[in-house]
Amino acid sequence: MTPALILIQLLSGLAHAMVLFLIASGLSLIFGVTRIVNFAHGSFYMLAAYLTYSLATALPLGRGSFYVAVILAALAVAVLGIVVEVVLLRRVYRAPELYQLLLTFALVLVIADVVAFVWGTENKTGPAAPGLAGAVPIAGQLFPSYDLALIALGPIVAAALWWLFYRTRWGILIRAATQDREMVAALGVDQAVLFTSVFALGSFLTGLGGGLQVPRQALTTVMDTTVITEAFVVVVVGGMGSVAGAFLAAVLIGVIDAFGVLVLPRASLVLIFVVMAVVLIVRPWGLLGRPEIDARGAGGDTAGGEEIRVPRGVIAAVVAVLALLPPVLPTFYVWVLIEVLAFALFAGSLHLLMGAGGMVSFGHAAAFGLGAYGAALLMRWASAPMLLAFAAGPVVAAAAAALTGFFCVRLTRIYFAMLTLAFAQIAFAIVHQWYDVTGGDNGLLGVWPARWLASPVRYYYLALLACGAGMAALSLIERAPFGLTLRAARDHAARAEASGVHVRLHQWVAVVIAGFFGGLAGTTFAFLKGSVFPNYVSIPMSVEPLVMVLLGGVQTLAGAPLGAAVFKTLDTLVTQYTQYWQLVLGAILMVLVVAFPRGILGVMGPRRRA
Amino acid sequence: MRGSRWLGWLAVVLTAMAALPAGAQAPIKIGDVNTYSGIGAPFTGPYRAAVEMTVDEVNAKGGLLGRKVEVIFRDDKGQPAEAVKHAQELVASEKVALITGTFLSNVGLAVSDWAKQNATLFVAAEPLTEAITWSKGHDHVFRVRPNTYEQGRMLADKAGKMKHVKWSTIGPNYEYGKRAWETFRDRLKELKPEVQVVGEHWPTLGKLEPGPFVTAILNENPDALYVSLFGSDWLAFVREAQKRGLFQKTFVVGILLGEPEYIDPLKTEAPEGMLVTGYPWYDIQAPAHKDFVTRFMKRTDKNPVLGSLVGHVTYLAIFEAIRKAGSSDTEKLVAAFRGLKVETPIGPITFRASDGQSTMGAWVGTTKVDAKRGVGIMVNHEYVSGESVLPSDEQVKKLRTGG
Repeated sequence: MTPALILIQLLSGLAHAMVLFLIASGLSLIFGVTRIVNFAHGSFYMLAAYLTYSLATALPLGRGSFYVAVILAALAVAVLGIVVEVVLLRRVYRAPELYQLLLTFALVLVIADVVAFVWGTENKTGPAAPGLAGAVPIAGQLFPSYDLALIALGPIVAAALWWLFYRTRWGILIRAATQDREMVAALGVDQAVLFTSVFALGSFLTGLGGGLQVPRQALTTVMDTTVITEAFVVVVVGGMGSVAGAFLAAVLIGVIDAFGVLVLPRASLVLIFVVMAVVLIVRPWGLLGRPEIDARGAGGDTAGGEEIRVPRGVIAAVVAVLALLPPVLPTFYVWVLIEVLAFALFAGSLHLLMGAGGMVSFGHAAAFGLGAYGAALLMRWASAPMLLAFAAGPVVAAAAAALTGFFCVRLTRIYFAMLTLAFAQIAFAIVHQWYDVTGGDNGLLGVWPARWLASPVRYYYLALLACGAGMAALSLIERAPFGLTLRAARDHAARAEASGVHVRLHQWVAVVIAGFFGGLAGTTFAFLKGSVFPNYVSIPMSVEPLVMVLLGGVQTLAGAPLGAAVFKTLDTLVTQYTQYWQLVLGAILMVLVVAFPRGILGVMGPRRRA
Repeated sequence: MRGSRWLGWLAVVLTAMAALPAGAQAPIKIGDVNTYSGIGAPFTGPYRAAVEMTVDEVNAKGGLLGRKVEVIFRDDKGQPAEAVKHAQELVASEKVALITGTFLSNVGLAVSDWAKQNATLFVAAEPLTEAITWSKGHDHVFRVRPNTYEQGRMLADKAGKMKHVKWSTIGPNYEYGKRAWETFRDRLKELKPEVQVVGEHWPTLGKLEPGPFVTAILNENPDALYVSLFGSDWLAFVREAQKRGLFQKTFVVGILLGEPEYIDPLKTEAPEGMLVTGYPWYDIQAPAHKDFVTRFMKRTDKNPVLGSLVGHVTYLAIFEAIRKAGSSDTEKLVAAFRGLKVETPIGPITFRASDGQSTMGAWVGTTKVDAKRGVGIMVNHEYVSGESVLPSDEQVKKLRTGG
């Protein structure tokens, strides 16, 4: 590598880093103050890019149009942020933490379809930035002048944010709220105004990032989901709520990415996740983040504290229906029921972590996918009999969970969640790229049940047996002394530790158990579909059980299968009847979350003050 | 009270699931599963428009075998498992005669394997992976579009006659990108043994940050660059490569890059002088094709793209097979497809008996910006038929048993 190449590559990495910084700083700010995991942040970025694209051609300002368009688009997105915060999110602040996540997930779906409807689904290239369309020679190579402008802009925005946080009263309140928002509220600061303003600023920043990407990237209807993961990585590596950390992390990720192209060309898929995993293992709160203040033992708000018991009679009735119905159901609905069973167990296994353990995983697809791959690989390479492969899949998933869980349980909350995501992405990269063994993105085919089990109804009973036993086992585990101890650790780790509980060991065991049953769900699903693909280990697959658990009600294990049934049924029906399934499904989810802010089974719990 | 509320919900769910769409026997139903949202949407929208046109046209003439033709579209969301679910529903509940469509290779493979297991006819329209008809091929699958192997070979046959020796490549980190490069490279080396590979780049699909890749390629100083980038990645790459002077220094060969799907969004920024496979719809003189273009533009107000042609040809083939079989019975249709000859706007094509691959070809040509229309086009193009690049029946036999 010549010095000239190193310089150019560094500059390229920095230009990318500045855009990342704009998006991530907004996300970090919103999370730091409101604790909302805002999946829709990427959608706001996409919306701003499309708005900039349209405004730049529509505005009659000549060469200035593009720049005015960028500002206007960012402002428009900021206003949208305010609307979303006031109209939607504010309704569910009292719900257990993470219910806002469900709303922002619904928003992602809705905005994606709105963009497709308004702007069409064709890929688009936006206008070049007037005055900055060319390139300047640096070290014997041409470097885009627009990228140089971005490199200059990044530090300016960072400085402006620093001034805002350290030299204004509003900034002081924001920093205080990031540290301890209950104390800030107790001191008489109007939280609603604070939250709304933070949402506006955060949305403005991502909007700015989206608009400024227009001359560099193509506009697509999937640019929301492609950016959001990277933004979360930057935020977590930097430390949640730390703008300086976001800056540092953006530079780190941008530059590592740029040099990865030269040094490790085959690692593009996985590089940033490896970086994130290493950073989190070494520094559990990111580079510049601080340990969360947990003095009041607020952990219980993940699960809402109170227990909900579903009457045994209802459970017996559901089991009876599931056992008796299939022979008279049309074939397709038998297939759908098998899918529901698999996802019920998948969501149930996540509930052990989220509900009983207070550990939210963003990477539970690793269990599901590795269970599926475990079974498929055994059949392909060892020609294992189907039932043996079926039983071995979960063991593979549990083994992987034991390995990664060892590191994950050292972290808490969002950092735990992001480390699970990092490991899931590493698993994804492995199955995606190890062509000779896993078949890469073309997957493994021919994963069908043994001949005597091949009819839908027969396979249904195997699935019912596996998933029913899995759910029963999870239910026992959650109510056994082990489960109760896990709850104690969730509600107050320090007190549990003081009473002689080995908190991490309990959490680790819970991760392994959840891995096993998540794997069993994946195996069941694999033999239903007959094939296994890397997307079984992908991020959307991790989000699905999260949505199901929240939708059904995180307070009880029964919420998981209910959420799975409702979500899968809605998804199946809506997709059949409309092209705009994202819009309809998103809208239905929004209504459900607002109507049942504690999940559908949450209505059975004691009502909190309105 | 609480229990009954719970039961109420359960009842809602179960009634919703039991509400079956009633199936009428009269029309011939075709199930079309495709990635209509997300990453495939820019490609499948124009495909669907052409399919709807083709079906309306056949129904206006009285349908097939005295029955109307009805297409049921399902969005697989880019997920193989979702596509399998739709196949299950379309066959079990809607009683479709066959499944067609699919865009992404892995979705195509998943549906194909399901079709094999369930003895259903699957006519793959757009997926490019060779595996569908070769290593994972079977009796019940047919494919319309020329695959990665064919298109890579078409380009290599031309590039092999050129002076370029040092080659670099960039493509998505997918089987498609890898195979597009390997088939091209292997053929090129056969024709020109002195060819050297100086760099291979595999960015993550849909997440290309182009600057560092352009610098890296410039630094390898290749004579030529082989590009298999997909959709939006290619668009982002072009901008950055233009600014950094890559196209001035390096000859570019691009698979699919002459298709309107890829070149139209670039408008006048389309790089000139690239050797590409694509679809010069504006310049194909066959009267039947001109007529197809006129009908399509009249109906949609948009120009056709390759997906539109593939959609049209796919359904013409399905209709022809139904006529030949005189029935919508699966096994009769499968028999009809074997060696089926179809008249299409671009001439006759055949579905080979040995592997089910159609002999539809592709156009190979050079890119140029058409200042009048403000968009990139292909010039000096030549239609290369599938027959001229496909392996022989003997080789196919080996490919099928070897995998």
